[in-house]
Amino acid sequence: MHDMKMAAQAAGLFATYDIPDFFCELLNRGDTPPPGLQMVRDRLARFDLTELRRRAAAVEAQFYRLGITFTVYSDREAIDRVLPFDVIPRVLTAAEWDHVERGVQQRVRAINLFLHDIYHDRHILRDGVVPADLVLGNPNYCQAMVGLDVPGGVYVHINGTDLVRDRDGRFLVLEDNARTPSGVSYVLEDRQMMLRLMPDLATGLNIRPVDEYGPRLHRALVEVAPAGVTEPQVVLLSPGIYNAAYFEHVFLAREMGIPLVEGRDLMVEDGYVYMRTVAGPRPVHSIYRRLNDDFLDPLVFNPDSLLGVPGLVDAYRRGNVTLANAIGTGVADDKAVYAYMPRIIRYYLDEEPILTNVETHICAERAGLEYTLANLEQLVVKPVGESGGYGLLIGPHASQAELAEFRDRLRANPANYISQPVISLSVSPTLCPAGVEARHVDLRPFAVTGESTWVLPGGLSRVALRKGSLVVNSSQGGGSKDTWVLAS
Amino acid sequence: MTQVSAFTAPALPGLRNLLSRYGENMMWLARYMERIENMARLIDVTGSSVQGSNRDAGWDSVIRINADEAFFFHHHKAATEQAVVAFYITESENPDSIKSMARCARENARVLRPLISTEMWMHLNVFTRWVVDLGPEDVGASYLSALCTRLKQDCQTHFGITEGTLYRDQAWQFYSLGKNLERADQITRLIDIKYHTLLPSGAGVGSDIDMSQWTSVLRSAAAYHAFRRVLPDGMTPANIVGFLLKNDGFPRSLSTSLRNVYSALGILAGEYRLRQCGPILERVEELRVTLVEQTVEDIILRGLHEYMDWIQRELRQLQNEIAQAFWPPVVSVAPMGGMEQMQD
Repeated sequence: MHDMKMAAQAAGLFATYDIPDFFCELLNRGDTPPPGLQMVRDRLARFDLTELRRRAAAVEAQFYRLGITFTVYSDREAIDRVLPFDVIPRVLTAAEWDHVERGVQQRVRAINLFLHDIYHDRHILRDGVVPADLVLGNPNYCQAMVGLDVPGGVYVHINGTDLVRDRDGRFLVLEDNARTPSGVSYVLEDRQMMLRLMPDLATGLNIRPVDEYGPRLHRALVEVAPAGVTEPQVVLLSPGIYNAAYFEHVFLAREMGIPLVEGRDLMVEDGYVYMRTVAGPRPVHSIYRRLNDDFLDPLVFNPDSLLGVPGLVDAYRRGNVTLANAIGTGVADDKAVYAYMPRIIRYYLDEEPILTNVETHICAERAGLEYTLANLEQLVVKPVGESGGYGLLIGPHASQAELAEFRDRLRANPANYISQPVISLSVSPTLCPAGVEARHVDLRPFAVTGESTWVLPGGLSRVALRKGSLVVNSSQGGGSKDTWVLAS
Repeated sequence: MTQVSAFTAPALPGLRNLLSRYGENMMWLARYMERIENMARLIDVTGSSVQGSNRDAGWDSVIRINADEAFFFHHHKAATEQAVVAFYITESENPDSIKSMARCARENARVLRPLISTEMWMHLNVFTRWVVDLGPEDVGASYLSALCTRLKQDCQTHFGITEGTLYRDQAWQFYSLGKNLERADQITRLIDIKYHTLLPSGAGVGSDIDMSQWTSVLRSAAAYHAFRRVLPDGMTPANIVGFLLKNDGFPRSLSTSLRNVYSALGILAGEYRLRQCGPILERVEELRVTLVEQTVEDIILRGLHEYMDWIQRELRQLQNEIAQAFWPPVVSVAPMGGMEQMQD
C-alpha cells in the first residue's frame, strides 16, 4: 500500500518508472523519507524527459571539453572516454550517512592496526584469528615493510570502501580499496557539473559540500610527513599521461596545489628524496603515490620498471620520506583477507562491525570450496587477485557450459577465488535511452587519514547502465551519479 | 651582467620552484603554438598572393623557409599548391605539419595540465583534437583561407587566454622564452628566404621590385599595417628587412623577440634567483648588440644570408644552453647501484 501511494505521488517524470523488487534509493525505501529527499523526488517528478535529456547532453559536452576522461585500452589504441554521468542524483539521508561514516572510520582504524600488527609482532596470526599463510604467503605482503614504523601508525591514508545495499536497504561492504583507490575526482567534478546544470534541483537543500577533499588530503599528507620537517613538500607521484587515471592525478594535484611528478622527476641521494626543479634538486617529504608497489623502486621491486625512483624504498625505510599509502597495504584489501575483516575489527577494537560484510565463502578452505561448487548457479565468484570486474562469474546469469567451465577453474586453483551470494543490489532512477529506469548502484566513500580519519560526505555512486547488470566498473560500461548527503 | 652574477644566494625558503619537466614543456607548448600560427599565416598569404595563371608558383619558398627540401621532394614530385598544403597541414609523416605540431602541443598540454589554467587546458583540448582530426577534405583550395584563419585565431585565442589566466611565476617566464625564441627563429627564416627569392642573383638594393610580393612578405609576418603606419612611402626591400629585424615597436620583430627573451631570463635570474641564467643572458645581449650596432644597409652589404644564418645558429645554441641549465638530461641509472649522479 505504501508503494502504491508512492507511485501516485511519483507521476510526471516517474509515471512510467517501473519500481522493481529492489530497494530503490529514491522511490521505494520502505520509510517515510525526510523532507529533503521528498523535495528532490517532487522536483524531479516535475521535469519532463526532453528537458532532462537536454541537460544530460550539455553535461556530456562539457565533460568532453574539460577532458574529464579516462583511458580505455583496446587492441592497440588508447581512447579517451568520458565516464557516463547520470543527471539524477543519488541522495543519502543524514542518518544513513552517519551510519556509513562511522562504519568506514571503524574499518579504516582496524585496517591500520591490522597492517601494523602483521608487519610487527603478528599477534593476530599467532592467536589464530587470521591464517598466517593467508597473510605471510600473500603476494601483496611486503618483506621490506617488516619492522618499519610509519608516522602515526598510518598505513592507509586514502581508503575507498565499496558498499552496496541489499533488498532491505542495509549497507554491506563489498570490498576494501586500501592501495590506490581511484574515483574521487569524479565525486568533485560531478558535483560541480550538477550544481551548474541542475541548480533548480538543489536550491534550498542543505547538501553537504565535497570541495574540502583537496585541502583535507593535503593536511593529512602534511601531518604524516617525517618528524621535524617544518614546511613539508608534498608531491603526487603519477605514472604519467598514458595512465588511465591521469586525469584524476592532475585533478588531485591541482586541488592540493602540489606538483604532479613522475618517477624521472625524483631522485634519491644519501637516503633523501629530491625533485628536479629549474633551481636544481629540492627536497620532497610526503609522496601521494598513484603508482603500484611493484613500480615504486626498481632496486627493490620490478627491476625493469622505468616509472619508479631508484632508492625510494631505502629513503622510506630510513624515515626520510612518507609514502601514502604505505607499501604492502594490498594484503589488507585482498579479497581473501576481506572475509576475515569482521573478526579483525572485533580483535583489535573489541567492537561489533558497524558495516557488515557480504557473506563470503573462502574457496581456499575446504568447506568454502564445497559450498561454492554445490551452489555455483546462485553465487558470484570473484578471483582474489584481480580488480576492475574482470574474471568474475555471476552464477544466475551464466549458462550451463559457463558454469561447468568455471567449476574446472575453481578446482584447479581454489585459493584464487571467493564466492558470495548474489545481493539484490539497490537501484536508483537513471536516465536511459527508453526513459527513466531503475539501475543498480553501489557507493564508494573515501576516507582520508592523517592524525584522524575524515570521510568525504557522499562518495562515488557508480551505476550499472545496462539493464539488469550488476557490474558498475567504468571499464565495463558503468557510469556515475552525484551523491548528495543531506545535512539534516 | 654584474647584476646577475651577484645573485649567488640559494633559493629563498618557501619559494616554489618549477619542476624542470614543466619548464621544458611550457617552453615547447609556446613554441608549437607560435609555430602553428606562423605556418597558418604563411600558407594563407602564399595561397592568396599567387593569383596569376599558375596557382602553383610560389609554394616552393614555403618549403625552403622550413628547410624541408629533401624531405618534401622525397615524398612529392613537385611543389604544387595541393602537395605543399597537404604536407604542411595534414600529413602526419611530416613533423613540421600543423597536425603533427598540434599533436605535440597536445602532449605538452596534457603534461602541463596540473599547472596551467583550466581555461587554457579546455581550449587546447578542443583545438588540438580538432586539428588532429583534420582530413584531406578539409584543406581544399576554396576553404584554405578560412581554415588558416581559424587556425590562426585559435592560436591567438590560446595566447590571449594564457595572458589572461596563467599564474605569473617561473612557468610564465619559460613560456615567454619559448614564444619569443620561436618568433625570432621564424622571422629570420622568412627574411632569409624571401629576400633572396625576390631579389635573385646580383640584383642590388634599389632594383625594380614586385611590390605585391613584398607586401606579401609583410603580411606573412603580420606586419603590413604596422609597416604602412611607420613608413607609408618606404616600401623598399631594405626598409622591409630593417623593419622586421630592428623595429622595437613591432611585436614580432627580431629585436622585440630578443628583448623579451632577455627580459624573461633577467626575471628568472633576479626574482627567482636562478643563477644559471648568467651566461645565457650574455649570449642574448651579444645578439642584441649586433642588431643595434648595424644599420640594415650594413647588414645587407655584409651579407644578409650570413647574418641570418648566424642568428639562427645562435638561437639554437640558446635553446641548448637553456635546456642544459634548467632541465639537464638525467643520467640513466646503473642497474646495480643507488648512487645516481647529480649533474649540477
